[in-house]
Amino acid sequence: MTPTSDKSAKRGGLSRRGLIGSAGAGAAVAVAGAGAMAATGGAPAAASPSWSTVAFHGAKQAGITTAAQDRLHLAAFDVLPSATRDDLVQLLKDWTAAAARMTAGDGAGPAGPLSGPYDAPPDDTGEAIGLDPANLTITFGLGPTLFRDAAGADRFGLAPRQPEALTRLPHFPHDFLDASASDGDLVVQACSNDPQVAVHAIRNLTRIAFGRAAIRWSQLGFGRTSSTSTTQVTPRNLFGFKDGTSSLRAEDTAGIDAHVWTRPEPKAGWLEGGSYLVARKIATHIETWDRGSLREQENIIGRTKAEGAPLSGGHESTAPDFALAGRAGAPLVDASSHLALAHPEHNNGVRMLRRGYNYVDGSNRLGRLAAGLFFIAYVTDPRTHYIPMQAAMASNDLLSEYLQHIGSGLWAVPPGIADGEFVGQALFT
Amino acid sequence: MKFGVPALVCAALLAASGCTDNAPASTGSAGDGRTLSVTTSDTACTLSATTAPSGPLTFAVTNTGAAVTEFYLLASDGLRIIGEVENIGPGITRELVVSAPAGSYFSACKPGMAGEGIRAAFQVTDSGQPVGPTGDDATLVDSADEAYGHYVGDQIDQLLAKTKEFVALYTAGKDAEARALYPRARVHWERVETVAESFGDLDPKMDAREADLEQGQKWTGWHRIEKDLWPGRAKDYTPLTAAERKTYADDLLANTEVLHERVEEMSFTADAIANGAKGLLDEVATGKVTGEEEYWSRTDLWDFQANIDGARVAWEGLRDLLKRKNAGLDSQIESRFTDLQKLLDQHRAGDGFVTYDKLTKAQVKELSDAVNALSEPLSRIAGTVLS
Repeated sequence: MTPTSDKSAKRGGLSRRGLIGSAGAGAAVAVAGAGAMAATGGAPAAASPSWSTVAFHGAKQAGITTAAQDRLHLAAFDVLPSATRDDLVQLLKDWTAAAARMTAGDGAGPAGPLSGPYDAPPDDTGEAIGLDPANLTITFGLGPTLFRDAAGADRFGLAPRQPEALTRLPHFPHDFLDASASDGDLVVQACSNDPQVAVHAIRNLTRIAFGRAAIRWSQLGFGRTSSTSTTQVTPRNLFGFKDGTSSLRAEDTAGIDAHVWTRPEPKAGWLEGGSYLVARKIATHIETWDRGSLREQENIIGRTKAEGAPLSGGHESTAPDFALAGRAGAPLVDASSHLALAHPEHNNGVRMLRRGYNYVDGSNRLGRLAAGLFFIAYVTDPRTHYIPMQAAMASNDLLSEYLQHIGSGLWAVPPGIADGEFVGQALFT
Repeated sequence: MKFGVPALVCAALLAASGCTDNAPASTGSAGDGRTLSVTTSDTACTLSATTAPSGPLTFAVTNTGAAVTEFYLLASDGLRIIGEVENIGPGITRELVVSAPAGSYFSACKPGMAGEGIRAAFQVTDSGQPVGPTGDDATLVDSADEAYGHYVGDQIDQLLAKTKEFVALYTAGKDAEARALYPRARVHWERVETVAESFGDLDPKMDAREADLEQGQKWTGWHRIEKDLWPGRAKDYTPLTAAERKTYADDLLANTEVLHERVEEMSFTADAIANGAKGLLDEVATGKVTGEEEYWSRTDLWDFQANIDGARVAWEGLRDLLKRKNAGLDSQIESRFTDLQKLLDQHRAGDGFVTYDKLTKAQVKELSDAVNALSEPLSRIAGTVLS
């Protein structure tokens, strides 16, 4: 199944939005309604006024500086061994079209969940019928193995254009990575304030990919652990602490320009103005953490649990004073605390746009919560903006006793997609 | 009938326990005069009240000044510290919880952490509620500290002796004997693991697992040798040469000698002992019960027992103090140690234990649950004995 716009005209269709517009008037009537307009690929139909949507097209991909939504479904895909370069290009075209529709509140395919031939399976799976997209964003990234596979083969003629920074992240101390929850040729990050909408997006993109790419692994996240806008309050992670306090916010455009978007690189001009997505699945030893005293917990984090103020004083937004000493001359913010090690002051001034989520994958065989932080950061260059910091934290961070990194991935995130283009188009032309 | 049963059970429960009453316990809650606020600036120390009824008192201390401050409740002699909270950064609020019998006290804020502080009289009136004795707690703490220091010293003595023996067997190529001694020597490390680990420079050299290493970091210590003695689970393993063996053996012994010297100078506090016991159980939970610690030899249950031994000794040292503060907690810990030991004893073989791979998933789960059961009350020792 490869939904394309020329087919969509013939099939007509009832979009999710069309159904809402018809308010139960019946499929036959709605086919001629707003949904059909969206299906032809023309101007978006009038959305339900109360729906929240984020523009899919633009200079940057949505889902990076977009105010972090509450829910995540992120999937890593491997392109099948049988797929050709043309297959890959067509997949990216099809994904782009489907993502543009879904983020606008329409079905994944041009026909939608309830239209098309009665004897054919619908081109949208239907569980998002009537649901507000709730700021759904779909963000795409390309992994190092798309350029050179594990054996070094250049499957799609892309190796000469592989950015220098796009290589598998190195092994860090205490890494306990599960290969089946790491890496991938492609990544799709779907975020929404409605979990079912995010899952719907990944499910339909997966279906579209069948025969060309298959899911390698995917991850659900249920609570954002950082804010990407100053209008959002800092949320708490599963340790009970406010997380990502000093993460970049969209309003800090100079900071975003300096630390998030890629620098020009001659052989990888296609990525200019894009970013890198670093993902780390960090399992947390919740049960042992919960037995730590409040004193120990605050000392490990370097902030108060109540407000998130640095232990050197002030409020959440107060800059930490790493020199301020307490009893016996010891600094109030421990030099091995998470705050100290992650702070820009101790990382050559680098900052990250964090976009992570809490996760609980049920429980493990020991009856413990299989829980943790699905860390996501967007950075201008992982070699300067992630790897040195993680190397230091993995060795020295007091918190590492309660953490285990079990999944990892790095992808190049192409710049935004103009109407009529597909994601990563510049890489193939 | 099927639907009737839950209703009956519920009614019985309600009658028996009065579980509909969710009102907070009156002791120590706000509004009973036992929760006080303290505002400490660089020049003033203001309490919301200068008198309180005897019992557990909570002081919420807010630093409105620019300097780091401390708050104390002192006995009537102005010297003995009943309770203190230190390192309060500017703008930060911290709580001090103390049990104070009726009597005269001093409150003191110490902006800048220097001098006598800003003192004022503080009165605790008799509420009629019994407050635990606080008399010679200090003596009990001292003896606990001393006893634990001896224990640590003794274990490291034995560790050193057995390590010498072990590396001699290993370098002589007496692998079967070295394998037999390996878990027996390791128990002395594991019994005081939280102390040994507190030396951040030694621990990575002595006890690192392969996955713990930084890129480019050389792998040394117990587990490097373990892999060489039990290469069965390794892919395409190249055994170490005699010269390499000697290098790793000498290194392990040298580091053990450094550790031995260092612990001789250590002293402990009740807080450190209690948190050490908790830390040992954390080690069991994250390394031993999961079979990750002794990946090659599968001797995890030896370490498991040793961690439990060390935690038990720590608790025993603090028992007299703990019983005085909270006898219920002490007896709960006792029974959960017993439960866990019973489970562990099922897996004994000879003078040691079966290998980890002999455990069924259900047995591992059972052990894990028992570790959680013990860890929860154990983690409360520090807060209890320090209160």
